[in-house]
Amino acid sequence: MTLLNDAPMAAPAHGLSDEQQALVEMVRDFAQQELEPHAIEWDREKHFPLDVLHAAGELGFGGIYVREDVGGTELTRADTALIFEELAKGDVTIAAYISIHNMVAWMIDTFGDDDQRERWVPRLASMEHLGSYCLTEPDSGSDAGALATRAVRDGDDYILTGVKQFISGAGSTDVYIVMARTGEAGPGGITAFIVPADAPGLSFGPNEVKMGWNAQPTRPVILDGVRVPAADRLGAEGEGFTMAMKALNGGRLNIAACSLGGAQWALDRAVRHISTRRAFGAPLSTQQSLVFTIADMETELQAARLLLRSAAQSIDSGHPDVAAHCAMAKRFATDVAFTAANAALQLHGGYGYLAEYGIEKVVRDLRVHQILEGTNEIMKLIIGRSVLEKVS
Amino acid sequence: MRIIVLIKHVPDTWEERVLDPVTGRLDRSASERVVDEITERALEAALALKDRDKSIEVVALTMGPSESTGAIKKALSMGADSGIHLVDDALAGADAMTTAATLAAALRDAGADLIIAGNESTDGRGGVIPAMLAEHLGLPALTFVSELSIDGGRVRGERATETATSVVSAPLPAIVSITEGMPEPRFPSFKGIMGAKKKPVASHPLADLEPALAGSRSSASSVVLTCEQRPGRTGADPIVDEGDAGTKLAGWLIERRLAEQRLV
Repeated sequence: MTLLNDAPMAAPAHGLSDEQQALVEMVRDFAQQELEPHAIEWDREKHFPLDVLHAAGELGFGGIYVREDVGGTELTRADTALIFEELAKGDVTIAAYISIHNMVAWMIDTFGDDDQRERWVPRLASMEHLGSYCLTEPDSGSDAGALATRAVRDGDDYILTGVKQFISGAGSTDVYIVMARTGEAGPGGITAFIVPADAPGLSFGPNEVKMGWNAQPTRPVILDGVRVPAADRLGAEGEGFTMAMKALNGGRLNIAACSLGGAQWALDRAVRHISTRRAFGAPLSTQQSLVFTIADMETELQAARLLLRSAAQSIDSGHPDVAAHCAMAKRFATDVAFTAANAALQLHGGYGYLAEYGIEKVVRDLRVHQILEGTNEIMKLIIGRSVLEKVS
Repeated sequence: MRIIVLIKHVPDTWEERVLDPVTGRLDRSASERVVDEITERALEAALALKDRDKSIEVVALTMGPSESTGAIKKALSMGADSGIHLVDDALAGADAMTTAATLAAALRDAGADLIIAGNESTDGRGGVIPAMLAEHLGLPALTFVSELSIDGGRVRGERATETATSVVSAPLPAIVSITEGMPEPRFPSFKGIMGAKKKPVASHPLADLEPALAGSRSSASSVVLTCEQRPGRTGADPIVDEGDAGTKLAGWLIERRLAEQRLV
C-alpha cells in the first residue's frame, strides 16, 4: 500500500514543534501501554479505571490547560487537541472522561477566586480528585438555559435541590460543578456551584446501561437540599451559564479530538486489514471500491484535523468567533469520525463486528460524540446564527 | 551526589534495522530513532534514587551524531537535570575501544559519584563498555545488576547468576551496569517535556576532550571489511495437508538434514 505511506500535509505530525512532537510521543506511549491493552475489557466489564486515571494525573493529564501555580501545565489548546487525539487512540471513553475532568478543573481555575483555586484545583490537576460537570437535566438538554435545579440562599449558604442527568463519572468522582437557578428564568438566572461528593443530600442514580462509553459511569445526580457554602459559589450569581458555555468551547474541541483519534485508530487498523486480507486471489486493498473508501476516510479526517487546529488557535488567540469555530470543529469532526469508524468496521467485514477487534467499540463510543457537549444540531444553530448575525 | 547516566540513541528495536553496504555502518535514516530502552531503565534507576534524595543531581551523557540531542531531550523531560553530548564527525563508526576511551575522557573530570549504564545496547550489543570504562577510570564495576541502592557512601546491587543471586557492593565512586530486571522507565510528564528546553546541555567536540583522551586512546581499533545484505527469501515450498502433513513435514526436515530419522 504505497498509497498511504507518503505523509501528506496535515498528517498528524505535520508542522508540529519539537515540544508538541514530544508531547504526542509521550501520550502515544502512555495510551499504548496503559489504555489500549485494557480498553476492550474495560468496555465489557464497565470498569472505570481509577488507578490509571491517578497515574495519568501524575503525568499532567488532569490540568492540561490549567495554570501552573495551581498544578496545571498551562498548555495551549492546540497542544491539548494533539494530546486528546493521541490519547483516544488508546481508549476513546477514558480520553473523553479526561476531557470532562479538564473542563471542571479549568472552570475553577478560570472563574474561581484565589481561595477556591487553592482549595480545589491542585488536587484536580493531579487527579487525586476527579471532577464531574453537571449541566443537563432530565427535562433540559439542548435547552440548558431552561434548567430547573434551584439554589436558594440561606444565610451564608445556598440550598440546592434538583436532578442532573447523564453525568459522566458521577458516583465515582469527587468534585461536582453544578449549574443551578438562583434568579429569573432563562440563562441569566443560572449560577455555578462547587459541590464535593460527600455533601449531605447528594446522591446518585443507577449507572445507565449505554450503547458505548462503558468504561466511564453515567448516572443521574440527585441534589436533595444540599447545603453549599457561598464560598463555593463559582463567580457571581447569574454568571453560571456563561461560564458553562465557555468551558464547553474547550470541551467541544477535546471531544472532536477524541473522535479524530478513535477514527484514526480505526482507519489504521482497516488499512492494515485490507492490505493483508486476501480475497479473489489478491489483497483486498487492490479493490478500487475499497481504495476509494480509504481515500474518503483519510480526506475527511485530515479536513477535521485542520478545522480542529484552527478552532484551537481561535481559543488560544481569543478570536471573537470562537464559539462558532469550536462548534464547526465539533460538528464536523464528530460526524466524519463516526462515518470513518463505521466504514472501518465495514472494511473489516465480520471481524469488525466482533468485540475482540475493538472496531465496533470505537463505533459505539464515537456515536455519542454527535450528541453530547451540545448536539450537532445545536452546533449548526451556533454556526448558522453566527453567520447570519454578521449581515443583520 | 552526582549520578551520570550513559544513554544511547538507537534505531527503533521494533523496526527493520539497515546497514549501509558500503561503510558497513548503521543507516541512521532507515528507521526511527529512540532512546535505547535499557539506557532509559538506567536513567530510571538514577531518577528513583533522586526521588528519595532530592539533592542528587542526575546528568545524562551520550555520544552520538547531532540528532542524538533528541535522546538527551527525552532524558531531560523524564527528569535528568542536565545533559552532556559528545558529538564529532570523527567519532562516526567508533568501535567499542574508541567509544570507551572517549566516554572515559569525558567522565574523568565530570565529578560523578556514580555512573549508571545499561548492560548492552540493542543495536551494537557489545556489552563491554561498562567494564572498559571501569578499567579506564580505575573504578569498581558492579555489572549486570537487577537491583540497586546507595547507602553510606557505598553502592549495592544484586546480580542474578545461573545458580544464585550475588549481592555485590563497592565504595563510591563506582560504575554500575543494569539489566532488564530493573524497573521500567517512567513516562515524561507534560511539565517535564515543557521544562526540558530550559535545562543545560553541554556539547563537546573531540577537541575538548583531547588532554584527557591522550592517556587512554588505543592504537587498536576494529574496522568493518565487508558487509553483505541478508539475502531475500526465495520461493516457498508449500506443504498441503491431506491428512499426512506430519509425515511430510518430517520428511522435509530430514531431506535437508535439519532432523534425523530414528527407528524406534
